[in-house]
Amino acid sequence: MLIWDVVFFWLAKGCIIIGAAFMFVAAVGVFRMPDIYMRLHANTKSATFGAGFLLIGGVIELKDWIVAYRSLAILIFLFATAPVAAHMIGRAAHFAKAPRWGLLSDEMEDKYDPETHELAGMKNPRKPKTTKSKREKTTK
Amino acid sequence: MEQMEFIDWIVNWIAFVLILAAFLLAFGRMWKAEGPNHRTIALDRVVALDLIGFLSIGLMTLSTIQSGNALFLDAAMILALIAFLGTVAFARYLEKGK
Repeated sequence: MLIWDVVFFWLAKGCIIIGAAFMFVAAVGVFRMPDIYMRLHANTKSATFGAGFLLIGGVIELKDWIVAYRSLAILIFLFATAPVAAHMIGRAAHFAKAPRWGLLSDEMEDKYDPETHELAGMKNPRKPKTTKSKREKTTK
Repeated sequence: MEQMEFIDWIVNWIAFVLILAAFLLAFGRMWKAEGPNHRTIALDRVVALDLIGFLSIGLMTLSTIQSGNALFLDAAMILALIAFLGTVAFARYLEKGK
């Protein structure tokens, strides 16, 4: 048995254990945290990290191209989409006025338009004229 | 060699147990979601659902590692796509709906 086999064996086992432990930590955070933003933080960061380590451990353990490129695709997709999903949930929680644990001040409190959900005083560069003209027509 | 097989077995076993305990905790959060209004409670459940998607991907990866069958990774890829779409759809609906 070569030395590299032993090194890859222990590397794969370490990655698998670290990944599973981080997923467990993410679940404990989602279960125990007092606030929806903290739960979101625990979910997104730790669970993505744990899934990444599990996939890397699988690639090192199996040493197979089929597994490697599928794992790479899943990894890129997870790392690209998890922040987007977390941002959407956090935005919805802010508009739903979710309670915030231990927060002293919220500077975003009055800065959103309650109907269009845009930042007040900041135009949406995609559709500035249509929304404005529609609102003016309905008000006048 | 026998020692390595035992380490292989015990590591897979520990990882499976950790992920199953994580599933139980995520379902517990889904069971007792908290919040002052129904939108906040639903968002709590969406967070738990997102976590369950991640945990399922981890479980399928562990199944691939144990069985050596790459088909589980195809399922994990599709599950990542579907979980992301579901989370974004729920979040958009709960942001717009009153």
